[in-house]
Amino acid sequence: MAQVVGEAGGRTRAARLRLSAAFWRRPWLRAGSLLVPPAGAYILVYVAALAVLFVSAFWTLNTFTGTIEHTWNLDNFRTLWNDHTYWRIAGRTIGLAAAVTFTDILLAFPLAYFMARLAGPRLRTVMFVMVLLPLWSSYLARIYSWRLILSSDGALNWWLSKLGLPDQHLAYTNWAVWIVFSYIWLPFMILPIYAALERIPPSYVEASADLGARGRTTFRRVILPLALPGVVAGSIFTFSLTLGDYITPILVGNTQFIGNVIYRNVLGLSYNLPFAAAYATVPLAVMAIYLILARRAGAFEAL
Amino acid sequence: MTKHHHRVAGWAAAALAVGALAFVAAGCGGSSNKSSSGTTSASNLPTSIGQGEGKLSLVAWEGYTQPQWVKPFEQQTGCQVTSKYAGSSDEMVTLMRQGGSQYDMVSASGDASLRLIQGKNVQAVNPALIPDFKNFIPALKAPPHNTVDGVHYGISLQWGPNTLLYNTSKVTPAPSSWEAIYDPKYKGQITVPDNPIQIADAALYLSKTQPGLGITDPYELTQKQFDAAVSLMKQQRPLLKKYWALASDEIDLFKNGDAAIGASWPYQTNTLKADKVPVKDMIPTEGATGWADTWMLSSKSKHPNCAYQWMKWVSTPKVQAQQAIYFGETPANTKACPIMDSLSPGSCEQYHANAPASYFDSIKFWKTPSADCGNGKTDCIDYSKWQQAWTEIKG
Repeated sequence: MAQVVGEAGGRTRAARLRLSAAFWRRPWLRAGSLLVPPAGAYILVYVAALAVLFVSAFWTLNTFTGTIEHTWNLDNFRTLWNDHTYWRIAGRTIGLAAAVTFTDILLAFPLAYFMARLAGPRLRTVMFVMVLLPLWSSYLARIYSWRLILSSDGALNWWLSKLGLPDQHLAYTNWAVWIVFSYIWLPFMILPIYAALERIPPSYVEASADLGARGRTTFRRVILPLALPGVVAGSIFTFSLTLGDYITPILVGNTQFIGNVIYRNVLGLSYNLPFAAAYATVPLAVMAIYLILARRAGAFEAL
Repeated sequence: MTKHHHRVAGWAAAALAVGALAFVAAGCGGSSNKSSSGTTSASNLPTSIGQGEGKLSLVAWEGYTQPQWVKPFEQQTGCQVTSKYAGSSDEMVTLMRQGGSQYDMVSASGDASLRLIQGKNVQAVNPALIPDFKNFIPALKAPPHNTVDGVHYGISLQWGPNTLLYNTSKVTPAPSSWEAIYDPKYKGQITVPDNPIQIADAALYLSKTQPGLGITDPYELTQKQFDAAVSLMKQQRPLLKKYWALASDEIDLFKNGDAAIGASWPYQTNTLKADKVPVKDMIPTEGATGWADTWMLSSKSKHPNCAYQWMKWVSTPKVQAQQAIYFGETPANTKACPIMDSLSPGSCEQYHANAPASYFDSIKFWKTPSADCGNGKTDCIDYSKWQQAWTEIKG
């Protein structure tokens, strides 16, 4: 018995040595075999899912039996192209994503600037915690709290009436959706801008001042261009997150966005997965264009 | 010795593999037999209810699986109930079609039940195993929405009208017509269900206000009638505060003062009244659409005995009365009336449990619109068009 184990042990050791020698002789083999598990997971979970999504967009649903017919056709895309409703919904979604991104840039830049360049280390830590803290609470709880704030008998109107101001009627409008999106995605804008601003060496600012530039000129010609990649990186987050979210419009809005149409086609209306897949290619295409533009702006170096 | 052992082990493994294959094949054959018999004939129906399987998973309307009657059921039968609320018939159909054996039963309304039967998602049941079935009102023993060619695909439960709900302190004088939910006077205070079947409500209103369109059945609409209903709903759209998706959404809207008037179910009225919100509901002069619900058994159910126990339980007069009062609907079981009155005096009359058959006939019950208009013509608008129009109406 012991002999058998010893023999087997010797054999495995020899195999191990041969293997390590092979790895040593061919470094690409070592790197390759290390990369196989993560790359495999990436291809299987991520790329394959996208491929299936894209392929199924060319199938159709038999509405009578509820089964998917695997024959290639462009019916879904034809419906999307010809029906103005879907154009309007896509336009509304892209417009909202742009508005939210723009709002978040305006809100996040001064805050990130203060954190990166003006605040002391302790205040900076406190502000970091404040920015990140909402991310620790449930996203749904935060949206529901906005519902309570904005409703007719809600907190905001209570304050307004205390101050003698007229009531607001924002609940269940696109304005409410815009406010809530801008709020929930704000940390995703602050952090990349902060990272970009913090990376600017103080000597650049000093050099600019030595050359006679005033504060405003320095900001415009030194700080802003160097912070731009951070802004673009943040906008990738806010833009894509807004483009894909469907829960916020359901809870605080009353119009449809791309995500809502997809959701209704998956659960709710008809389980029309091919149609949902076809519509899902719209935000994918928009995002692809956006990322190409962002790459040109150098956003990927700031990530 | 070892060699011999190996050979024995090999043979054993081969035998096991063959056995497993045979088992799988038998399993496949068995299941396909079952599904085909379950949908075409009633010959294989159970003749008695066996031992419960310990679990029961339900897809239900909000308010249909209250602890009040679920707890005693669990104690008596040992079947632990889990339930998932669905907000629309479309959602119910999707859940049953995609859920596989995840869900055992669904409380399907008339606009979902036929779709589930045609899609072979539900199986035939034996009403002889439900003792209270004989006490049901005649109209709900074998109604066309759950009985096809004499085969029962479920046991009727409760029925009721879709009502007009309003806040009594904000809407004065009290409305009497469905016109109120199309009235610019209430702009920004109206809410209606986020459900394509709502087009039928518009059609019902038009059938009375524009007799020229010749609408007789709000679910069987020609292109012209359908277009008129859709255009009415498009005019209504800017007046709306919100399309509500779940009953609890509408309750929130009325509670937070966001909505003052809307299309509703009696359940919302009861819940809001319990919360001291000044609301009232009514059936407008044009009449109302309504629902008649059926507990249906999934064709892939793994807990059929618990499911039969459940059908038996929810048909008993006491549970029928409890649910009728809780939700504000009418029980199928005629024996529920006295118990309703003992639980809440006057409730039998309030929820029409003793109303004559003509009341039942006055409600336009939800059904799935199909191209077949019922008069030999096939130029009606089918449900997939209703769904498309709904996306268009919502914009």
